Amino acid sequence: MTALLRLHGVTAFYGAIQALKGVDLEVNQGEIVTLIGSNGAGKSTLMMTICGNPRARSGEIHYDGSDITQLPTFEIMRRGLAQSPEGRRIFPRMSVHENLLMGAYGRAPGEAAEDMERIFALFPRLKERLAQRGGTLSGGEQQMLAIGRALMSRPRLLLLDEPSLGLAPLVVRQIFGAIRELNRATGLTVLLVEQNAFQALRLAHRGYVLVNGAITMAGTGPALLARPEIRAAYLEGAH
Amino acid sequence: MQTKAGVLVAYALQQLINGVTLGMIYGLIAVGYTMVYGIIGMINFAHGDVFMIGAFLSLIGLTLLAGFGMTSVPLALAISLAAACAIAALYGWTVERIAYRPLRGSFRLAPLISAIGMSIVLQNFVQVSQGARDLNLQPLIPGGMAIFEENGFVVQLSWMQVVISIVTLALLAVFTWLVTKTPLGRAMRACEQDLKMASLLGIDTDRTISLTFVIGAILATVAGMLFLLYYGSINFFIGFSAGVKAFTAAVLGGIGSLPGAVLGGLAIGLIESFWSGYASVPYKNVAAFSVLVIVLIFMPSGLLGRSDVEKV
Repeated sequence: MTALLRLHGVTAFYGAIQALKGVDLEVNQGEIVTLIGSNGAGKSTLMMTICGNPRARSGEIHYDGSDITQLPTFEIMRRGLAQSPEGRRIFPRMSVHENLLMGAYGRAPGEAAEDMERIFALFPRLKERLAQRGGTLSGGEQQMLAIGRALMSRPRLLLLDEPSLGLAPLVVRQIFGAIRELNRATGLTVLLVEQNAFQALRLAHRGYVLVNGAITMAGTGPALLARPEIRAAYLEGAH
Repeated sequence: MQTKAGVLVAYALQQLINGVTLGMIYGLIAVGYTMVYGIIGMINFAHGDVFMIGAFLSLIGLTLLAGFGMTSVPLALAISLAAACAIAALYGWTVERIAYRPLRGSFRLAPLISAIGMSIVLQNFVQVSQGARDLNLQPLIPGGMAIFEENGFVVQLSWMQVVISIVTLALLAVFTWLVTKTPLGRAMRACEQDLKMASLLGIDTDRTISLTFVIGAILATVAGMLFLLYYGSINFFIGFSAGVKAFTAAVLGGIGSLPGAVLGGLAIGLIESFWSGYASVPYKNVAAFSVLVIVLIFMPSGLLGRSDVEKV
C-alpha cells in the first residue's frame, strides 16, 4: 500500500494561536482513516490545513507523491481531493441541483449528469429536493448534500468533517452506511473527522487521536476501541 | 377643464419617459456596486470613476474615428464602445489588483479607504490629462418622435432614449443569463454566498473576483457612453455624482441584489425626473436622498434586500 496523503511535522496557526503542533499522519490508498479528538483539539484545522487554508507554517503535506504544502486551495482541490467541511457550508441561495453542479465545477456537463444519478442512488432524498434552496433543507439533508457535492468532483480522497454533528441516530447510521458502501464499491479513500468516536472507530480501518494539536495515539480501529484511555476519554456515555 | 387634464397627463408621461431613461443609466452603474458588495462585502467607491473613464474613452474613440474620416455612425459607435469597454475593463481589473486585493483579510475599513483614494486618483488623472472643462460631443443620434400632442404640449420620445432603453435591457438580459445559467455565473454566486467553500470546490476565487470587477467596469462603460451621447457633455467630475446616485440606487434596491440595483436605479431616476418636473430642479438630489432615508428607516435592507436569517 502506498500513502495517498502524508503529513509530516505540520504546524498551523490562527493568528498567534498554534492550532497544530507538528502533526504526522498517513492515509493509504483505499483506506478509511478517522481522526478523533475532543472539541477544540484541532481536527477541523487539520482538515483545512490539508486544503491550504490556513497554510501550514512548517512541515510538509504530500498528496499522491507531490508536495502540496504551499499550493493555493483551489489548485489543491483540483488534484482530486474533496472536502465536506465543518458546518456543511451548503450554498443557501442555490438549489440542491446547483449545489451539486458546483461540486462538478470545471468538469464537462455530461459527466456531471452521470455522477448526479450515482449520488441520487446513494441519497434518494436529494432527488426529491432537487429544486429546493439549500438553505431550506433539514440538517440531515444538508449533510447528504454536502457529501454529495464533494463526490461530484470524483475525488480520490474524501475529507469528511463531522458528518454526524447534530443529526438523529437514524440519519447518522444512513450516512455512515453510505461512506462504507462508497469505500467498498469504489475504493474511495476517506479521512473522517469525528467526535462520535465509537461509530467512527468501528467504521474506520485505522484511527488517530488528536489532543491539543498533536497526535497522541494511532492504531487500527479495533485496537483503539480496546484501549482503556480511549474508552475513558471519548467513549464513556457516548453510546 | 378637459384639455387641462390632458396636459397634466401628457406632462406626467414626459417625466416618466425622462425618468426611466435616466434610471436605466443609474441601474447599469448600480449593478457594478451591488455585484462587488455581494462578493467581497465592500463598496467600490472608485466604480463611479470607472463610469467616467468609460465616457471619456468613448469620446476619445469617437473623436479619433471621426478624425480618420469614418462617416458611419453605428460603426463608429460600435468600435469605440468595444475599445472603451476593453480599456475600462483593464482599469476595473487594475483597481482591484493594486488597491483592494492586497488589503483582503485586513480590517473592514481598509479597502473602503483605499477605494476613496482610488476614486481621487482616477478623477485627478483624468482632470490632468483631459482638462477640467466640459468636453462636448455633437448629437450623433438626433431626432425622435412626438408620441402625442395635447393642447400645445408635445410628448417627445427621442431616438436616443429608445437606444438607451434597448441597449440597457439587452445588456441586462445577457448579464442575467450569464449570472444564472453559466459556470462563471454560478462560480460568482458561489463566491458571493461562501468564499471559503467556493475555493474548496476548486474555484479560483481571486480570478472570479477580478472578473466581477471586469464585468462591472464593462456595464459602467456602456452607461458612460450612453450618458455621453444623451447629454453631449462630460467632465472629470461626472463619476462622482452619477456614482453616488447609482450607489444610492443599489442601497435603495437592497445592496447585494441584482434586480434590486436595476429597480433602485429606476426609482432614483423617476424621483429625480418627477421632482424636477413638478417641484424644483435644484432640490432634486435632496428629494432622491430623502426617499432613500425614508425607505431605509422602514425597510433597512432595501426594497429587494435579504433580511432573512439563513439556516445553518
